[in-house]
Amino acid sequence: MKVLRSIGLVLFLFSFGLFLSLFFMSEYKLTKEIFVEKIKKQHQESLEPTMQELFDKPYSTSYSFAQAVSNSISRVNEQFRNAQQWDSVIYDDYTSSLTKASTSGWVVDNTGLLFFLVFGVGLIGAMLFILPKASLETAGIKNDGIFHNVLNNRGWIGILIGTLLIGFYVLIYFYDAYIMNWIILVEPLKKWIYPQGESSQWFLYGFLYTFAVLVMGVRMILKYRHSKYQIIRTLSVMFFQLAFAFLIPEILVRLNQPYFDFKNMWPLDYDFFDAWHINMLTSAGGLGIFMFVWGITLFVVGVPVFVYFFGKRWYCSWVCGCGGLAETAGDPFRHLSDKSLKAWKIERWLVHAVLVFAVIMTGAVLYNFISGTSSIFGFDTYTYLRKPYGFMIGSIFSGVVGTGFYPLMGNRVWCRFGCPLAAYLGFVQRFKSRFRITTNGGQCISCGNCSTYCEMGIDVRWYAQRGQNIIRSSCVGCGVCSSVCPRGVLNLEVKDEKGRFGQPVLAGNNHVQQG
Amino acid sequence: MKNIIIIGNGIAGVTAARHIRKRSNHRITIISSETTHFFSRTALMYIYMGHMDYKNTKPYEDWFWKKNRIDLIQDFVEKVDVVEKKLYLTGKGKLSYDTLIIAAGSKSNKFGWPGQDYKGVQGLYSYPDLLEMEENTKGIERAVIVGGGLIGVEMAEMLRSRKIEVTFLIREDSFWSNVLPSQEAQMISRHIREHHVDLREGTELQDILGDNQGRVRGVVTKQGEQIECQFVGLTVGVSPNIGFLKSSGIDTQRGVLVNEYLQTNVKDVYALGDCVERTYDLPGRRNIEQVWYTGRMMGEVVAQTICGTPTPYEPGPWFNSAKFFDIEYQTYGNVWNELKSNEEEFYWEHHSGKKAIHFVWDKGSHQFLGLNVFGIRLRHELFDKWLREKRPIQFVIENLHEANFDPEFFDRHETEIITAIDLAKPELKIKSTLKS
Repeated sequence: MKVLRSIGLVLFLFSFGLFLSLFFMSEYKLTKEIFVEKIKKQHQESLEPTMQELFDKPYSTSYSFAQAVSNSISRVNEQFRNAQQWDSVIYDDYTSSLTKASTSGWVVDNTGLLFFLVFGVGLIGAMLFILPKASLETAGIKNDGIFHNVLNNRGWIGILIGTLLIGFYVLIYFYDAYIMNWIILVEPLKKWIYPQGESSQWFLYGFLYTFAVLVMGVRMILKYRHSKYQIIRTLSVMFFQLAFAFLIPEILVRLNQPYFDFKNMWPLDYDFFDAWHINMLTSAGGLGIFMFVWGITLFVVGVPVFVYFFGKRWYCSWVCGCGGLAETAGDPFRHLSDKSLKAWKIERWLVHAVLVFAVIMTGAVLYNFISGTSSIFGFDTYTYLRKPYGFMIGSIFSGVVGTGFYPLMGNRVWCRFGCPLAAYLGFVQRFKSRFRITTNGGQCISCGNCSTYCEMGIDVRWYAQRGQNIIRSSCVGCGVCSSVCPRGVLNLEVKDEKGRFGQPVLAGNNHVQQG
Repeated sequence: MKNIIIIGNGIAGVTAARHIRKRSNHRITIISSETTHFFSRTALMYIYMGHMDYKNTKPYEDWFWKKNRIDLIQDFVEKVDVVEKKLYLTGKGKLSYDTLIIAAGSKSNKFGWPGQDYKGVQGLYSYPDLLEMEENTKGIERAVIVGGGLIGVEMAEMLRSRKIEVTFLIREDSFWSNVLPSQEAQMISRHIREHHVDLREGTELQDILGDNQGRVRGVVTKQGEQIECQFVGLTVGVSPNIGFLKSSGIDTQRGVLVNEYLQTNVKDVYALGDCVERTYDLPGRRNIEQVWYTGRMMGEVVAQTICGTPTPYEPGPWFNSAKFFDIEYQTYGNVWNELKSNEEEFYWEHHSGKKAIHFVWDKGSHQFLGLNVFGIRLRHELFDKWLREKRPIQFVIENLHEANFDPEFFDRHETEIITAIDLAKPELKIKSTLKS
């Protein structure tokens, strides 16, 4: 069994290494034909004189090629600006489409084989590494060595993986041309789902994300196989990621319907009320209208009703994609969240500030949509609100920091400090819900496992050791505090609201005035 | 405003300090030689196993003490002068007090075995013990644990988490059988073996062998068998840590003697937690109880007494909990290792061998007396109530489903348990709503 695990690790590292090395495995050459095919007619004339220099010139890295393309476009634009020909300035981003079309070599010729070697072998390796654990260890909480581990506890592997993740997010969001080989790698899958479609960085991202949730979901289920709550919950996030976030939107596009993730909702889905999005849905016939109404119903009615009956966990740790990744791929890092009172203060300011920002931004965007204007109080909405939100919150906070910092700050940085939807769900959970975590009489021994493994940084022990219900807006109801408690003290319960905010009570001692 | 000094920063002393602060403006100082801050002793094993860091075991952040005006001194109390009301510390000289609370905890028992002072032979009670164990077990292959109680099984789990081979010597014929009835003791013994621990029942330590560097190299059992090892864990219980009170005038026997207000024979001197020995009886309870919960409860009442509401220490029905590797254990009321003449019992074990429940009641009156439960979580509050209300066993069984505290979706066993007890004890005439 140990041998199998070692083989699995070797296979996985091989496929991961191959994936990274794809970066350097192509040649990039722009030709006249590609130029004519990819550049809009009206730009061809102005671009051709400078871009000609690139024709038939081979580049060995995507970086140098993409740089050369964007330099030539900048040079042309500079001339237009100098000549004050503002209308002629080219805003289209041709870098990635030209890079993709100009890529040639081994990767392009062998995508099928490479796809298998990276994802097929990677999957086999991961399963060989994960599955035998079930026969090596009895079922139960096995957090052995986590605080001694160089991956889990901010050691060199943790820092390395954090760096890779941060780099990956920066590339995905801002420099997709550089990772063209990865985008090409998943092309066969894209074509299989939607023959007319083209793989993009977002398809790559969606695929990798789903792959990570599924593989690490299997690990999560095995690790907590003694707990049916954890098994069912993990299956739920795996299902919603695979079906709702990945497959259904792709299939919808194939059926000539709008791309739509039925489980995503405003304000996490911050472009829901963008003019282009509303127009896309409302002009797409009955299904489009349904999607628009569904999206609104989900946060107007769904959130309060479901949070009242189940707590915010129905979304955050059972359905949500960000939550899904955090609960599976992020599980090895859950103990890294900061439990201090100071962190809690920062969290409350930050997450509610983002919610306010999201509301103001969306309000302005909607106002513009309805009134047919593009500014509010004299400020251009896109420049001052929508674009900064998309960049700072949508890309940097939720992606680069939210996931990139898993191995450094824990797996729920975004959900805890940044997600406006979590803040909204949290309001309801705090003030109007049947959900709470109850403590069992006087059985707490203050050991600290609950607080340590709370991914949201809640100091669960502080409540448990004084016999008080845990009612916190941030609690996503993952149930791990209850799982790791060695004395059976914590339980996630939904019941009558009465007594939810009761006095702390430690059972078992006579004559003691509680309080 | 009184000047209160507390010796010991464990759960008893710290609970007293917190509750005194809630109720008064007295000056509070806690002295401990063990650590600067309060940590959870019960979590020591998790530090070794890498589930937590030392800082994770501190129930309060470091700013808490200053904010609540509780002064912390890390020093060792060498002597108590109850006439002058002064303490003599190793580092900081003399300190005066108006009220003294002794909450000095326990120390590991050593029974004078030959070789017990070799390097690599130790108990496990304190934070320094943990550091020593970390040092003593670096790179070793085999360990021997002597003494089959809670600390022994914790130590076995700790060592197994680092893949160290463990031989576990227990004097009794199954694990913790001076507390657990034989059914449970055997189930836990099986579980310990499942974790690849070489459990030797009915085996006592004769001799500890050392090498010429003064390091342990093995043990010899009373049966004459020699077992090679590089570490010996002595987990044969703990006793009150009262050495520093010798000739202080404070009465001690095995522990510091206290009355129901936790007062010692000397005015303004109280004692709490592991180090006390009660001079009055509480039904069903031993006079020295070295348990987290009793320490905490004594802290709660002594704070009321010191702050002007004299309160006797009268804990409610007994409860306790533990975890043996993967199996959680809770107990409510009294279940003795051997059934008393007036008692009747019913034991149910799940076919997995990892869940069990053991009820005990009075033969004549049918009054429910207590239960042990393994692998199933039950509500403390309800059992506390039912025991106080002296409910009959039938009531407890019929309402068992209400007491379940397992997470959602977990398998439930009430029907199975009720059916089994109904079959075994038809004379109880249990009315089951579940069966219909």
